[in-house]
Amino acid sequence: MTCLLSAEEVTVRYGSLAALDGVDLCVHDGQRHALIGPNGAGKTTLLNVIAGATKPQRGTVRFAGRNVSRLGPAARARRGINRIHQRPAVFPTLTATENVVVAALPRVTADPGWWPGRRRRAARHRAGALLEQLGLADLATVPAGHLAHGQRRQLEIAMALAGRPRLLLLDEPAAGLSAVEVGRLVEVLQALPRAVAVLLVEHRLDLVYALSDAVSVLRDGQTLAAGTPDEIRTSPLVRQAYADGVA
Amino acid sequence: MRDRVVRWARGAVAALVLAGLVVAPWVVDDYTTALLARTLALALVGVSVALLTGVAGVPTLGQTAPYAAGAYACAVLGSRISDVGVVQLAVAAGAGAVLAALTVPLVVHARGVIVLMITLAIGELVVTVLGRWRSVTGGTDGLAGIPAVRPFWGLPAFGSDQARYLYALVVVATLVGAVLVLLRTRAGLLLRAARDDETRLRASGHRVPLYLSGAHIAAGAIAGAAGSLLVVAQQYISPADFGFDTSALLLLGVVIGGTASVGGALVGAALVIAVRDWLFGVLPGHAPLVLGVLFVATVYLLPAGVDRVRGRWRPSGPPHRPDAPAAPDQATVAELRR
Ligand SMILES: Nc1ncnc2c1ncn2[C@@H]1O[C@H](COP(=O)(O)OP(=O)(O)OP(=O)(O)O)[C@@H](O)[C@H]1O
Ligand SMILES: [Mg+2]
Repeated sequence: MTCLLSAEEVTVRYGSLAALDGVDLCVHDGQRHALIGPNGAGKTTLLNVIAGATKPQRGTVRFAGRNVSRLGPAARARRGINRIHQRPAVFPTLTATENVVVAALPRVTADPGWWPGRRRRAARHRAGALLEQLGLADLATVPAGHLAHGQRRQLEIAMALAGRPRLLLLDEPAAGLSAVEVGRLVEVLQALPRAVAVLLVEHRLDLVYALSDAVSVLRDGQTLAAGTPDEIRTSPLVRQAYADGVA
Repeated sequence: MRDRVVRWARGAVAALVLAGLVVAPWVVDDYTTALLARTLALALVGVSVALLTGVAGVPTLGQTAPYAAGAYACAVLGSRISDVGVVQLAVAAGAGAVLAALTVPLVVHARGVIVLMITLAIGELVVTVLGRWRSVTGGTDGLAGIPAVRPFWGLPAFGSDQARYLYALVVVATLVGAVLVLLRTRAGLLLRAARDDETRLRASGHRVPLYLSGAHIAAGAIAGAAGSLLVVAQQYISPADFGFDTSALLLLGVVIGGTASVGGALVGAALVIAVRDWLFGVLPGHAPLVLGVLFVATVYLLPAGVDRVRGRWRPSGPPHRPDAPAAPDQATVAELRR
């Protein structure tokens, strides 16, 4: 089976530090793929490379059968790579609804016709549904800058979903969420259409095992192991890496 | 509830100001009326500055460039080809837009203080060209004796300062109304989003440079249209009308007015220009000093207005980490205070 997304031999250096050192990754269509590893392993850097926000010194990124290495983040988003950031990134002076509307606009399908405001109306419709789904309906008119951290994260997830992703990049979506919010997040991710692939960076292994059907382990910028959740859970190598990372 | 009261109060104030502006020419003398007409033109340039600085987050000291392009296009057209106001207006707006379009590649990819420097340089360059290109612009002497305009084909030419002022008022009100409507559409939403966090907007798949180019060109068209109003008001223009002091005053006015608000920009720019003209009479030679003090006081006393410009206004700090999107930071005001 071919990969929806494949990263090949990706290397990113910051000075003498190799944040990524020849990493390979393959995410299949509709796969729920978790990316784990200790702090500083290069997980966020890999997501940045896939999203087009960081240019690697070496390596290729292919998406849906095309080499997208030369495309910027906006072009990749329009092809269906959407993301949430490790530090929630929202538009602080825009309301929650406006945030999701903006995120939905590039890939919204409006009713046919010529009158103005159609696209925005379609986007607003979609935004309302997503805010509802993420439990933010009551905060629809609040400027995003006034939201609490967890709410901002939920909002950014709504924004990423609004872009109709084929591949969703999630960087620690559960960090800083309350138990209720984590429960809702799990529900939302489980309710995603089967066609949406997810690349999930997460420190909470219970969530990783609950949500994913493949796991890759990064450490010091290299792929340490890859396999099914069961294989990873029992791998002595991974246990060792985590023990080192924590120590 | 409070929101509604505020909105109502704002509407009432706007209506009062508009009414005052309509009756003004019958209350004040001709000289002041002419001055008011010129102030209206500059306030419209202020709106274009607010559109870029406050709404889109691209601070600018260069809106005098399209303003001058519009004014000179209108003056040349008025002297040689057509005295019809709407034609002059359209040509002036077109000239402003073309000039802005030519400078898009310089402005759209720059950030922070660099944009200020580039736009400042563009403004100065235009003034220099105006001073040198004698055959068309009359050099530093400028162009005088530009014929009075008629608003439409078949109407008589304006014979009084009142008529010219009212024409300027109608044009400014119409264009400001158009800008306000535009800002309520998708375009306005996307520009505000770009100001908030450009990286995030890109990550959602938006072509940010395209939007900023559009805003830059639209602001150029507005400034160009304002240039034609200056010609109508003064029937005389020279490079001195478009100097650095004018751009600086407009930016000051816009910051006082709260940067992101079009109405605030109008009032702020008008206020600053009025203060300058008034000081010019009262304290000859000291106007720049007083305005400098005003500028510093503004930055200290109105951090909110300044702060809203963050985003691109931010001076070169640490490189923007793609995963660390702009957090609302106070560095901006602190930097300005240095
Ligand atoms: N812009 C940058 N400049 C310099 N070094 C960087 C930069 N971005 C990341 N690094 C370094 O690269 C390494 C990998 O960072 P990365 O953020 O990808 O790790 P991570 O696996 O996401 O860690 P965490 O679990 O803490 O989020 C780290 O050592 C980090 O300090
Ligand atoms: Mg990380």
